[in-house]
Amino acid sequence: MSKKYHVTTTVNGDEYEFLCEAQQTLLDILRDELMLSGTKEGCGTGDCGACTVMIDGTMVCSCLVLAVETEGSRIETIEGMAKGENLHPLQRIFLELNGLQCGICTPGILIAAKALLERNPDPTETEIRYWLAGNLCRCTGYDKIIRSVQAAAKEMRGARS
Amino acid sequence: MTATILEKSGFNRDRKLKIVGTSPVKHDGIDKVTGRAKFGADLFLPGMLVGKILRSPHPHAIIRSIDTSAAERLPGVKAVVTRDDFPEIKAGTPGGDMTRNAMAREKALYDGHPVAAVAATSESIAKEAIKLIKVDYQVLPHVIDPVEAMKPGAPILHPHVRTKGIKGEDQPSNVIERLDLAMGDVEKGFAEADVIVEREYDTKPIHQGYIEPQSCVATAAEDGQIELWCCTQAPWVYRDRLMEILKIDQAKIRVTQSEMGGGFGGKTGFYGEPVAILLARKAKRPVKITLTRNEVFRATGPVSGTRSRIKMGVKKDGTITAAEAELIFQTGAFTGSMFSNAPQAMFTRYNLKNVKTVSHEVVSNRPKVNAFRAPCVPQVVFGVEGVVDELARKIGMDPIDLRLKNAATEGYKTIYGETFGPIGFVETLQAAKQCDHYKSPVPKGQGRGVAAGFWFNRGGETTGTLNIATDGSVTLILGTSDVAGSRISISMMAAEELGITVDKVRAIMADTHSLGFNRVTAGSRTTFSTGMVIVDSARKAITELCKRAAQIWGVPEEGVTFEDGFCRPASSNVGTFEPLSIAQIAAKTTPTQGAIAGHSEMNVTGAGPGFGLHIVDVAVDKETGRVDVKRYTVVEDAGKAIHPLQVEGQYQGGAVQGIGWALNEEYYYGEDGRMQNASFLDYRMPVASDVPMIGTEIVEVPNPRHPYGLRGVGEVPVVPTMAAIANAIGAAIGIRPQSLPMSPPKLLKLMDDARAKNDGYRSC
Repeated sequence: MSKKYHVTTTVNGDEYEFLCEAQQTLLDILRDELMLSGTKEGCGTGDCGACTVMIDGTMVCSCLVLAVETEGSRIETIEGMAKGENLHPLQRIFLELNGLQCGICTPGILIAAKALLERNPDPTETEIRYWLAGNLCRCTGYDKIIRSVQAAAKEMRGARS
Repeated sequence: MTATILEKSGFNRDRKLKIVGTSPVKHDGIDKVTGRAKFGADLFLPGMLVGKILRSPHPHAIIRSIDTSAAERLPGVKAVVTRDDFPEIKAGTPGGDMTRNAMAREKALYDGHPVAAVAATSESIAKEAIKLIKVDYQVLPHVIDPVEAMKPGAPILHPHVRTKGIKGEDQPSNVIERLDLAMGDVEKGFAEADVIVEREYDTKPIHQGYIEPQSCVATAAEDGQIELWCCTQAPWVYRDRLMEILKIDQAKIRVTQSEMGGGFGGKTGFYGEPVAILLARKAKRPVKITLTRNEVFRATGPVSGTRSRIKMGVKKDGTITAAEAELIFQTGAFTGSMFSNAPQAMFTRYNLKNVKTVSHEVVSNRPKVNAFRAPCVPQVVFGVEGVVDELARKIGMDPIDLRLKNAATEGYKTIYGETFGPIGFVETLQAAKQCDHYKSPVPKGQGRGVAAGFWFNRGGETTGTLNIATDGSVTLILGTSDVAGSRISISMMAAEELGITVDKVRAIMADTHSLGFNRVTAGSRTTFSTGMVIVDSARKAITELCKRAAQIWGVPEEGVTFEDGFCRPASSNVGTFEPLSIAQIAAKTTPTQGAIAGHSEMNVTGAGPGFGLHIVDVAVDKETGRVDVKRYTVVEDAGKAIHPLQVEGQYQGGAVQGIGWALNEEYYYGEDGRMQNASFLDYRMPVASDVPMIGTEIVEVPNPRHPYGLRGVGEVPVVPTMAAIANAIGAAIGIRPQSLPMSPPKLLKLMDDARAKNDGYRSC
């Protein structure tokens, strides 16, 4: 039995404690220990973006972060994106414009798109495409994903002004 | 049983639709944008173990012995399985191949072939345990390329194989089958031609590329009952095949389908599932096996690579007089490529009378191929549409006009025996000619290509149930899987039939105990077939609603009619009654005859063939050979777009998969027969910054054999893509590539060679 390490983090505003092996990734712990299975594993090598989460405001592939590294950090996952009954505008607009088909890449894409719009509220199509280039989708051909992000950005800008 | 609904009602062109043709939010979407949706890897059971598979590092090797004793002794290991745990099934039978692909038996036949598996209390222990298994291999010479595999003296994969389709063949061969399919007289046809073009093409295996790796959880009870949770396009097919290879009674195995994170054909056959069942049986605990991406690439469903020679002749007036093809399909280590689709579909869309095809399916030391949208067709259409394009150039005709001149129409008898009913190929071509993309000039420095494609669309065994709740809301139990939103489309058809809003309908996908057999969710059959079954179920429920209304009113059954969601008196003679809504009738099921439901099972026929035409503009960087897809438009006949946003999504997704196939996806093998690019980084599917918006034109020529006129839209969108892009590259650089992928180094070489020869437009 490998030695286990004790880690305390905040996930979506709730404090969590867990024990992990040295080689376990944040993704492993989110899914298998904390039962937050909304974050998906597509490759385990940081190439597909399905496991995208935020750590202390930085977008990361959770499969590339060791769980022991997250002591004291603030983690945000797809499960924390809606506030109570209210979906985030990105979540609602992805539904309305059919920005998802099978849905396996959707949590990672929503987290990445939210991070983009927080940094750049008015991105061009090219900026959206390059920002999301780390998030693979095999179903949609990206068209309706890009349009959903554009529409959400517009709505969120309107809400702010 | 044939589809009774077709006889009863069928399609009504004048029907006013309220829901079908709109694009409501899909009901399964909310769980997918919030992370609640349960995909294959998202089931966690108490006491669950982690299963891991040990795979052969050799492409071809006799397995002399397997020593698992050290792995078994490792603390935390609860079960180990090898070939000895699988029932013996004769090699060369369907079951024999399936069991040998699930777990190597006499030989390992490809890099990544499973040879043993363990279940342990943690992932790290399971990984350590498989390293402790000692396999004694006798490494054999291997063969990767199908043409090499066909040559005399090539390493033989299966000593029992004698080529099917060749009389008197008595020597072992890697050629599983030779298939001859022909009609008319090609010699006569070519003699009538003014121009003949003959070219050779090759395409590489690619992967379906679903983002969700296969994952399953198996449990086994002491009485033999098996529960299997997995992401699958074919729960009933999995059940029946698992029964066959593991010798389990059908009723003792229940397959429950999870949400599926992409399949595209690749989840029509099992991989870790039988292994997980055997581990669970030994350990008496639930076992989860989730494949890594490396395992997905090395051991699951790539698409057939092909070699083809295609010859077509045309008269100066544009009449295509004959077509001939010689085809080789690489099927991996076992048969199952579905290569017979290709000679049936490759020329079908043109009204040809003289066609001759010879096809071969060949095994080599690669993973067994699996289905991918329109299995085996896009690879050869890449060639056919290249030849058609060249014919158009040679006789100086617009490429869409040449296709229009030869377009198949209603009454055309196909090479596979079907006579077309009403089809929309002509309408699709006309829509393409009229669309803004085709009418706009080709931007300077770019090339434009077009290509056409066809897919049969499919029906088959399908079951479904519609239940009316006591408040008048409706639940549907569907047998097919939902690969991209079929639940909402089918719910919309149920709502339309019942005259209620789609918000009152919810659909679930059934497990195999809940419904009768359903064929695999593939071939663009789901919204068509399950939609038909649910419309039939709704109409049965309506008949029952009318009976109940008659009972409530105390009038004869024929005195009640159903319209717009209400039971009404059929005429004033029946009496004066306020119309009863479904909710009002459903509220009275206790005093009447109990719950109201409709159920239907059919072997659905009447699938409407689908046709598409793609238009693409590309720019080719002459310095680097990089192709930039600048503009893309998919024009395709949907029959009827039940949910237009989802139909567009199918068109767009298919086109972008085809862009990857066209420009950079392929399997690289080293001299050692091992796959060298088994990761998303090295395999490199299209990302968002690689592609433009994909324009869509939905043509609607109704299929009269479906109540809403739909055909099926899942396969056609990928069929012409690589050909269209190759034709566009040809227009841009003056050389039409004949080999996929059209990657920068290959295009650079083509351009260099052309510059050296300076001999005008050609195909290479």
